[in-house]
Amino acid sequence: MASNRPKVEDLHLVNLTKSFGDFKAVDNLTLTIPAGSFFALLGPSGCGKTTTLRMVAGLEEPTSGQIKLGQDDITNLPPYKRWVNTVFQSYALFPHLTIYENVAFGLRRQKAKDIDNQVKAMLELVELTTQAQKKPQQLSGGQQQRVAVARALINEPDVLLLDEPLGALDLKLRRQMQLELKRIQTEVGITFVHVTHDQEEAMTMADTIAVMNEGKIEQMGSPIQIYEHPKTAFVANFLGQTNLFEGTVAGIEGDELAVKVKDVTLYVPLSSTEIRSGRIVFGVRPEKVKIVDQGKTGLPKNQISGSIKLTAFVGVSTQYEVITNWGQEISAFEQNIDPSAVSLGWEPRHSFVLDPDQDLTAGLDTSWDE
Amino acid sequence: MSIAQESIIKKPIKKRFKRTPYLLVLPGIGWLFLFFLFPLSTLLATSLQKPAGLSPDDGYLPAFKVSNYTDALAEYYPQFFRAFLYSGIASVVCLLLAYPIAYYMAFRARKYRNLMLVLIVAPFFASFLLRTNAWKTILSGDGLVVSVLNSFNLLPQERILNTSLAVIAGLVYNFLPFMILPLYTSLEKIDPRLIEAAGDLYSPPSQRFWKVVWPLSLPGVISGTLLTFIPASGDYINAELLGSIKDKMIGNVIQSQFIDLRDYPTASALSFTFMAVILVMIYLYIRKAGTDDLV
Repeated sequence: MASNRPKVEDLHLVNLTKSFGDFKAVDNLTLTIPAGSFFALLGPSGCGKTTTLRMVAGLEEPTSGQIKLGQDDITNLPPYKRWVNTVFQSYALFPHLTIYENVAFGLRRQKAKDIDNQVKAMLELVELTTQAQKKPQQLSGGQQQRVAVARALINEPDVLLLDEPLGALDLKLRRQMQLELKRIQTEVGITFVHVTHDQEEAMTMADTIAVMNEGKIEQMGSPIQIYEHPKTAFVANFLGQTNLFEGTVAGIEGDELAVKVKDVTLYVPLSSTEIRSGRIVFGVRPEKVKIVDQGKTGLPKNQISGSIKLTAFVGVSTQYEVITNWGQEISAFEQNIDPSAVSLGWEPRHSFVLDPDQDLTAGLDTSWDE
Repeated sequence: MSIAQESIIKKPIKKRFKRTPYLLVLPGIGWLFLFFLFPLSTLLATSLQKPAGLSPDDGYLPAFKVSNYTDALAEYYPQFFRAFLYSGIASVVCLLLAYPIAYYMAFRARKYRNLMLVLIVAPFFASFLLRTNAWKTILSGDGLVVSVLNSFNLLPQERILNTSLAVIAGLVYNFLPFMILPLYTSLEKIDPRLIEAAGDLYSPPSQRFWKVVWPLSLPGVISGTLLTFIPASGDYINAELLGSIKDKMIGNVIQSQFIDLRDYPTASALSFTFMAVILVMIYLYIRKAGTDDLV
C-alpha cells in the first residue's frame, strides 16, 4: 500500500496554537521537520510537546494554525485518514488481540494485500517472531514497547510519532531501546518525531532537537549545537548542568572578549557573541571545567580559585562543588583529586554567551519532574 | 530472640493460618447444603411422586413416575417456549437500550456518571410488584400512552395492556438495570487510549467500535444477558399483571400448579426441567461466546 504513495514528505507546522481555556498549551508554533529525520521535541512536563504530537496525530484539534505533510494540508483530517502513526506512551496495545493481530491491525483496516508476509517481516525486524501468538500482557515491558513500534511502523507512515516511548522502562532497558529505535529508524528511513522530557534520551537518538518551554520552541538544532551553544538560560539549564557567570566587558584581546567577573578576568571567544561592551552573561559546562594545579605550565586561560564545598561520586567521574572567593558555587566533573583549596580552569572556547536580560534560573527545577 | 522462643511463637501462627480458610468456608457450605442441596433433592423426589388418591387433599406417595415429566412437557411446552422467547426478546432489547447508556456513562458522562448510577439503581428502592402494578396504570386503555399511540394509529390491537408487547416491555423495564451495570463495569475498564490507538491505525468510528470496544466489552455483554435472561425467563409477575391468558409463561404454570392446583409432582417436574434447560443454554452460550478468548 505504501508503494503507490508518493515519497515521504516534510512535516510542516505553521503558526500552530492550542488553547485550553485561557491556557495556551502550544503557542504559535512554526516548525519544519525534514523527511527522514529523527526529530526530538524536548521539554519539561506541561511545555506543550505532547499536545503538539497529538495535534499531528489528529487526536487533538488545533485552535488555530496548520499542519502540512509536504503540500497536503492535514489539519482537519481525522486520525484514520492521516499517514501518521503513533507509538503511545504506555503503548495502548489491544489486550484482546495476539501480538500478530496487534501488528496486523492497521493493515487489516486498510484491507491491505499480503498482510501475512508483511507482519512476519515486521515481527522479525523487532525480533518478536517467537512471541507472535502471545497476548500483550504475557510480554515484558521492553517486548511490549517493540510491539507498539512494530504496530505503527508496519503501516509505513510518512511520520512516526513517539510519545515518551521509553518512559515505562528501567534505565538499562531504556538505553538498549534507544539504540534499537535509532537502528530501526536508520533502517526504514521514516521521519520519527519523538517527544520526551529526558534530555539524555533526546541527545542519544535525535539528529535534531527542539527544546520546548511554555508552548514555544526555545532553541532548535543538532544535539551538539544546543548542548555546546545553548542560546537561553532555559536550554542551558534544562540540558545538563551549567555554570553561569555575570560580568562586564573589559575589552577585546585578540579574538577573545575579556570579561570582568568580580575580581577575575575571564575570556570568551568573540565569535560567540555580538556583545562588545556592558553587561554579559556566559556559561560553561561542568565537564569542561578542570581542577588545575597552579604551579604548572600550559594551564587553561580562564582560571578561578576557590575551595571544595562538596564532593559527590557519580561513577564515571566525581562532581565537585567549588565555592569561589565571592561566594558563587561552581560545578566541575573531574576524576578524583584531593586538595581542598583548588583552582578551576577552562578554555575560553568552551564558554557560551547568553542574553543577560533573562531569568537565569529558568529550567533549573524542571528537568526531572513528570 | 532465642531459637526456642522463635519456634514457640511461629508454630501456632502457621497452624492457625492453614486451618482458617477451611473454617471460613464452612458456614457458607452449611448454608448451601441446608437451603440449596437439601431442598433440591426434595424437589427431585417430589417430581417423581404419584398421587395417593383422586384429590390433592389425599397427598402424594414416593414413587419413580417418570411420566410426570413427559406429561408435563407435552402439555406445557408452549409456555416453556414462550418463556424463552419473551425473555430472549427482552434481553436483546435490554442490550440495545443499555449499551448506549453504559457507553455514555463510561466514556462521556464525567461528572454526571455517579448521578446516572444512582438513577439507574433508584427503582430498586420501590418493590418489584409495586412498580409492575404501576405499569398497569400507565398502559391502561384510558391512559396517556395508549391514547397518544392510538391517535397515530400505531397500535394494531388498539391496546397495550394484556398483550405480549406489555409483558415484554415489563420484562425489559424490570431487568434493564441488570444489563446496564455489568456493561458499564466492563466498558469503564477499557482504556480510552485503545480507542485513540485504533483511530490512529486507520479505523473509522464504526471499526473502532466493532474491533476494539465491542470485543473488550464482551464480558459485560455476557454477564448482562445472563443476568437478564435467567431471571426474566423464570418470571411470572409480568405475565400475570400485564399479559393476557395467551401470554402465560412457564413461571405462571409452575406457580399455579404449586399454589392453585396443588399438583406438586407436575410443578416439581416443570421446575426441574426448566432448571436443566437453562443450565444447558448457559453452557452453550458461554462456550460459544468464550471462544474468542475473553480478556
